[in-house]
Amino acid sequence: MRIACPFCGPRENSEFSYLGDAKPKRPGPDAGEDAVYEYVYLRDNVAGEMAELWYHGGGCRAWLQVRRNTVTHEILSVEPAAGAGAASVTP
Amino acid sequence: MKYSIFSLARAALSGHRNWPRTWRDAEPKPRYDVVIIGGGGHGLATAYHLAADYGITNVAVLEKGWIGSGNAGRNTTIIRSNYLLPGNIGFYELSMKLWERMEQDLNYNTMVSQRGVLNLYHSDAQRDAYARRGNAMRINGIDAELLDAAAVRKMVPFLNFDNARFPIQGGLLQRRGGTARHDAVVWGYAHAADRRGVDIIQNCEVTSFTRDAGGRVTGVETTRGTIGAGKVGMAVAGSSSRVAAMADLRLPIESHVLQAFVSEGLKPLIPGVMTFGAGHFYVSQSDKGGLVFGGDIDGYNSYAQRGNMPVMEDVCEGGMALMPLIGRLRLLRQWGGIMDMSMDGSPIIDRTPVDGLFINAGWCYGGFKATPASGLVFAHLLARNEPHAEATRFRLDRFQRGAMIDEKGQGAQPNLH
Repeated sequence: MRIACPFCGPRENSEFSYLGDAKPKRPGPDAGEDAVYEYVYLRDNVAGEMAELWYHGGGCRAWLQVRRNTVTHEILSVEPAAGAGAASVTP
Repeated sequence: MKYSIFSLARAALSGHRNWPRTWRDAEPKPRYDVVIIGGGGHGLATAYHLAADYGITNVAVLEKGWIGSGNAGRNTTIIRSNYLLPGNIGFYELSMKLWERMEQDLNYNTMVSQRGVLNLYHSDAQRDAYARRGNAMRINGIDAELLDAAAVRKMVPFLNFDNARFPIQGGLLQRRGGTARHDAVVWGYAHAADRRGVDIIQNCEVTSFTRDAGGRVTGVETTRGTIGAGKVGMAVAGSSSRVAAMADLRLPIESHVLQAFVSEGLKPLIPGVMTFGAGHFYVSQSDKGGLVFGGDIDGYNSYAQRGNMPVMEDVCEGGMALMPLIGRLRLLRQWGGIMDMSMDGSPIIDRTPVDGLFINAGWCYGGFKATPASGLVFAHLLARNEPHAEATRFRLDRFQRGAMIDEKGQGAQPNLH
């Protein structure tokens, strides 16, 4: 599995760290315990196309949003996702 | 049929050509008291214990492929009970005790071989951690021995003891640990469950649940028709989220791929199971002579049942650091299995919020050794509607309650467990 980094070109996946599904968004401070529980623990665990976050730690150190098929490992698109790994609160 | 020295002698007279089937190829009936989804080790063990210990014999095991074609046929066959935390430790020891009597219980040779599991340590801090783990085991009545380097050298003199970065200082040994023949475990449970009246239905994929007006699960739609059920238990680790989604449930689970490897055959070399403490590499030797080994999961969500090259390289580097003598050994086979990675690294065996639906999931990559106890406690839950005494902490809502069983202390990041 090679990921085509938009800044560095195609690189093998060992250069990247995986954060996981890009969909969960950190809830706001007043969202309540159930929302935090869902954000931290529950996953769609998609079988098929999934948007996910990878960090190019072995290269340009950019956060990337990768659309990948979890059944075939086919990578459909790679886009910069600056700041995606920071624990920012959803506005 | 019952296997014995007499059945063997009888079959020998006809040149072993007339052995009957080990289990019936059952046709689905319209309704069962309990339907188990998933014909792996856990599902079949559950059906066996329902029939053998709880008197519920009107049971079907539904398998979308052939039995044992998922993770039961893809693991590295290790059995052990060297856990640390309350909740896990008693459960895995229950499992070890069931392994020890499995062949008599099932009337089937599952080749359980208690050849020992040795976890090596490479630093003072790691020795202290293993001493703590060993003490936790012994307090709970489980065998554990902390070995120094000299004792390890006596057992396995060919290891790289003087590795400059990771010298081997000793190991934690559980002598009762070892290996079992994974396919025979599946066939043994199928054999024993079938003899007690359980229907094992292969090539039967569940496509949805049928539910009544109150939302209670009343059965399943399958590729072989509708099957009614008093209760439905799912034992489909790897695909738990997909099956649960049919009942509108989201689980604290991600599916990840774990690879395993077998080398070409060697003369007897490795006496038991060994693990490298400074990386992630575990190895045993099969009865055919091949080294069976593995390491970390690949680390990204996957349902592909195959992994990628960087992990192969990483695993083989771990092997080389531990025992450089394998440097010219060739890999014979390599494969991947899909793991239910739970958010704390421990399993889930519980009722679900959906009436009539029960879940057995989240085995991470520790499912094989748990097979017998998983079957027993899940059967208990299905039969009695309450958790078995050794499985009271494997609740689905433990994440919401903050009652995680996080053996590695990694938090809610499944690819690190």
